[in-house]
Amino acid sequence: MNAPQTPAGRIDIRDLSITLGEQKQAFEAVQALDCQIEPGEFVCILGPSGCGKSTLLGALAGHLQPRNGILQVDGQAVQGPSPQRGMVFQQHTLFPWRSVRDNVAFGLKMSGVGKAARRAAADEMLALVGLEGFADRWPNQLSGGMQQRVEIARVLINRPRLLLMDEPFGALDALTRLKMQELLLDIWTRIRTTVVFVTHDIDEALFLADRLLVMSPRPGRIIEDLRLDFPRPRLTELVTSPEFSRLKRHCLELLRHEEGRPLPRLSPLGLPIENNRPRFAL
Amino acid sequence: MALPFLRWIPRTGSLLLCLLFWQLAASHHWNLLLVTFSNVPTPLAVVQAAVGLVDSGKLGEHLSASLSRVFAGYVAALVIGVGLGVAIGRSKWAEDLLLPPLEVLRPIPAVAWIPLAILMFPSSELSMVFITFTGALFPILLNTIHGVEGVDPRLIASAKSLGAGRRAMLLEVILPGAAPSIITGLAIGMGTSWFCLVTSEMISGQFGIGYYTWESYTIQNYADIVVGMLLIGVLGMGSSLLIKRLGGLFTPWHRPKGKA
Repeated sequence: MNAPQTPAGRIDIRDLSITLGEQKQAFEAVQALDCQIEPGEFVCILGPSGCGKSTLLGALAGHLQPRNGILQVDGQAVQGPSPQRGMVFQQHTLFPWRSVRDNVAFGLKMSGVGKAARRAAADEMLALVGLEGFADRWPNQLSGGMQQRVEIARVLINRPRLLLMDEPFGALDALTRLKMQELLLDIWTRIRTTVVFVTHDIDEALFLADRLLVMSPRPGRIIEDLRLDFPRPRLTELVTSPEFSRLKRHCLELLRHEEGRPLPRLSPLGLPIENNRPRFAL
Repeated sequence: MALPFLRWIPRTGSLLLCLLFWQLAASHHWNLLLVTFSNVPTPLAVVQAAVGLVDSGKLGEHLSASLSRVFAGYVAALVIGVGLGVAIGRSKWAEDLLLPPLEVLRPIPAVAWIPLAILMFPSSELSMVFITFTGALFPILLNTIHGVEGVDPRLIASAKSLGAGRRAMLLEVILPGAAPSIITGLAIGMGTSWFCLVTSEMISGQFGIGYYTWESYTIQNYADIVVGMLLIGVLGMGSSLLIKRLGGLFTPWHRPKGKA
């Protein structure tokens, strides 16, 4: 794996506000946010449900339009989705009608890479996430953890400046989740990219991140900016160290202090889609 | 897709039971208060009528005339139904512009179209194709809209993030995502297209299964009517099955959930 030649993936956020909902129901999901993220940094955003952390991620991916403020990646304003800013959702979004290999190769197909070359690249990427031998399966023949690995491989094949992850391991069982966290760190050492990782799991955030941003409930503001310099490579034993426990207590207090009324979960695509209209085809 | 052998036994048995009931009811002239079988031809009479149809040498011409009309109407409905369905499913603008008139046309039965179809088209052949087309169009159109609207918005967002343009979005995401629903529409549309055959071939002067059935009615040849009805039933079922099989080949990732 060759590292990118020019360090890229700097994020500049200044006075950023994002409004969701229409007219009367409109509300500020993110308000006057300021933040700089360095190239190659692994940043976790921690916050209670509905605090707007996924909304921020959606704006970085280009799926949501900010109402106000500046949102730049490497000095260029974010405008619409781009392969430069890869997104991993909590539930996989693999195409059920494409084999695992063709799913991973999709980004290269879109940029016009030939069939043989993109298949070879996809196989290489699948090996990186530990899924050799599964290339010809359908996505729904894989377990949840494997599906997320494919999803990560599919995003990374584009060599993005940003890897945006919205609680990617939130739907996995505890053991699989630990394995996936180690795998993600391992991949990140080989393919250096800026990672913005949204979670509400304190352990996960402390284990993964270089830097931890804690957000308040809606409207989301950053209430804490922690630098985590646990040595890398990090192993699972880290979570039982005294320093880890101290930081965890600190985060718990921050979140407890900010606890308000419970809010519905937001997604990087905006408000949850209302699907209460019965649908018939005849 | 292959059914286990054991499941063919009840299926065949059910058809045979219906046949047995028909034979008993017709030969004994059963009168079941609301319905009476006293004037219904027996299966044997129907078989004799069928043999007569084969002997007359006209079966081939009837079949080819009907098949070509259904096929032409169906293909037109497929192209227009899927095309309009994708447009309506994807764009609010297209929905507001196209759907209201289509919804007005939808409840109009095929038989009501006959006079206008004769007036609008240069040949009776085209009028007949048009009527089978109206039968197939709406199931295909509505199921396509349903399928396109049902594509997961997260898949669309992901495809955009991976660099898909408009064309790739349609071919790689929207159409495959809607495919199971479109295939359901195509299978239903195949049935309704046959459904309209008798109506459309009322215009016909010479050939067609529907024409044969309608003519037998006008000359009160009841056994022949049943032959025509059964032919339409069998052909309709066969072609619907064919569409489902073809659909299964086109959507290898899609396995409908099994029944207990």
